Amino acid sequence: MKHLLEKIPFVRPEILGNAESREIDNTAYSPAERQPWITGDNTNATITDRVCGILEEKPTFGWVMFFLLSLSVLGLLGVFVPFLIFWGVGVWGVNNPVGWGYAIVNFVFWVGIGHAGTLISAILFLFRQKWRTSINRAAEAMTIFAVMCAGLFPGIHVGRAWFAYWMFPLPNQMELWPNFRSPLLWDVFAVGTYFTVSLLFWYMGMVPDLATVRDRAKNGIRKLAYGALSLGWTGSNRQWHVYERSYLLLASLATPLVLSVHSVVSFDFAVSQVAGWHTTIFPPYFVAGAIFSGFAMVVTLLVPARQLFGLKEIITLRHLENMNKIIMLTGMLVGYAYAQEFFIAWYGGVKVEKFAFMNRAFGQYAWAYWIMVSCNVISPQIFWFKKARTNLWIMFIVSIFVNIGMWFERFVITVTSLANDYTPAAWDYYSPKLADVGIMIGAFGLFFTLFALFCRFLPFIAMSEVKGVMADQAHAVAEPKPAEDEGADPAPSPAAGS
Amino acid sequence: MSDSNHTESEFETITAEGSENPQPVLILAEFETADELMSAAEKVRDEGFKRWDCHTPYPVHGLDGAMGIRPTILPWLVLGGGMTGFVGGLVMQGWMNGVDYKFLISGKPFFSIPASIPVAFELTILLSAFGAFGGMLALNGLPKMFNPLFRSDRFRRATADRFFISIEARDRRFDAPANARFLRDIGANAIEVIEE
Repeated sequence: MKHLLEKIPFVRPEILGNAESREIDNTAYSPAERQPWITGDNTNATITDRVCGILEEKPTFGWVMFFLLSLSVLGLLGVFVPFLIFWGVGVWGVNNPVGWGYAIVNFVFWVGIGHAGTLISAILFLFRQKWRTSINRAAEAMTIFAVMCAGLFPGIHVGRAWFAYWMFPLPNQMELWPNFRSPLLWDVFAVGTYFTVSLLFWYMGMVPDLATVRDRAKNGIRKLAYGALSLGWTGSNRQWHVYERSYLLLASLATPLVLSVHSVVSFDFAVSQVAGWHTTIFPPYFVAGAIFSGFAMVVTLLVPARQLFGLKEIITLRHLENMNKIIMLTGMLVGYAYAQEFFIAWYGGVKVEKFAFMNRAFGQYAWAYWIMVSCNVISPQIFWFKKARTNLWIMFIVSIFVNIGMWFERFVITVTSLANDYTPAAWDYYSPKLADVGIMIGAFGLFFTLFALFCRFLPFIAMSEVKGVMADQAHAVAEPKPAEDEGADPAPSPAAGS
Repeated sequence: MSDSNHTESEFETITAEGSENPQPVLILAEFETADELMSAAEKVRDEGFKRWDCHTPYPVHGLDGAMGIRPTILPWLVLGGGMTGFVGGLVMQGWMNGVDYKFLISGKPFFSIPASIPVAFELTILLSAFGAFGGMLALNGLPKMFNPLFRSDRFRRATADRFFISIEARDRRFDAPANARFLRDIGANAIEVIEE
């Protein structure tokens, strides 16, 4: 089963030109010795060749197919966004009382997806989890693109999209200012800051690797483009010193930021008086769900990418296994939150609250609720088994389930509470129209198109960080050799700390 | 330019094309491994050089100490950015909703600290991040598109898998032949002098 993926013609190494990458199982646990994070006989030179090769060689057949497919799905946005802007939000299925439909569901979904990237890049960095280095670049790229998809929805759901700039506190001839007491405006600042900081963090992390690509470039355009992007980086240690401090500070800033972003998104709901939304568990519950869905998306993207680009020795089974463990953990956190919501609704004794939750599980949207529960709570439980955690097919399928489940979570929260609120006479059933579905799918096209371009034009792996991990790995395995010359040992006390 | 590194001469010289009166700007020494670089850096430091640097494909731990680099002031810039963001965020909200354009909505106060925290917090983070990124660029003198180091073909491997020490001609102890001998003695396997 494990090697089935290699047998599919699309992924055959001879077509892809990455035959050398081997799958090496480094997941066995032994207290006596640490398993390496980077497997195979890799050196600094082979890592550079492998990662830069993705950008330098001709695009593979698999990549071209993926890119064209994503691009055509993106075309749906090109059709339905102008349609929406021309005709107004009436083309959506939203009605009274369900004024928040797919747009908000997709917004919350995409912002959530982004969270895993920041968790991997910032929080795991602060916790000195070395396994982040192989996956952080791609995960951060995923964050940027997911937040771009998320940003699309508030931009178009304001109704008159040409006035979207009214969300920002800009001086204007009407002498109006936005309402800072509204969580929706907090969202503008939270998501705007999140995007900007993630972009800076991502770009800064990439500068040394862009310099590597620049230094290998053969033709003028590449030299110019990567030369400009790499800002003249020379790997100077005086620069590395400031750079590392800056990176650490950005990571420390991004950590509270990422926890705040989905908390603020949850305030959109929790600050209102709607039954089923007005709960204090929302901020942590949303953050856990965001990390859960984001990790699932990272697995969805990286499992095929490591096969296609021959990165099996860099993004190893152990990396994937760790991600699956986090998926299982956050899945259970989310499951706990679901249970807790019911408990508090019962324990609080508020009639409308009790109704709201019984209605979620057994009302007109029960189907959506149970899809959510089976995908989010039940499906990750398979990761208790190590065979499942290290099987590419199982993890890929579970990650898709989790993506679906987390989309439905936002759908359930948004729609069930609105469709059946305080006034039974106003109850209605919401179902999407063509434009809702078109824009939702189109956003996936945007996401995957950007990701495909990223794979092809920017270094997919944080090479400089992986090299650092390999150096530590070498020191951990073998005793440091005395230097070749007559000098002292290379690791005496003045060299400690940085 | 980069022939074999076991030539008879102590170093190779790379001269900028069209240079009227070429003067050396720096001397560049290549090392095979990070450990060799580390012990060499300690010796360059102890020799009393000031305007010199190491170039590595990844941040080598312990090299800051081996070079004698003092801690950067960057955290203070970040703190300044953060405080500006927090105070600015609170003042902006207080002035916009509490002074310049008052309107009552849902019976909420025109200005209150709890409702202003999220925006002030986000602006704190945003301006701190600008401080961290902009400060890093400013302190490192980036972007710097022109650098004499880029004249060396050998130096291209500094971002891939080789380790370098460069000593600038502005250093008081700079003397190309003597420095070349010194660098060779402490383990360099190739030495170049770049002239402009």
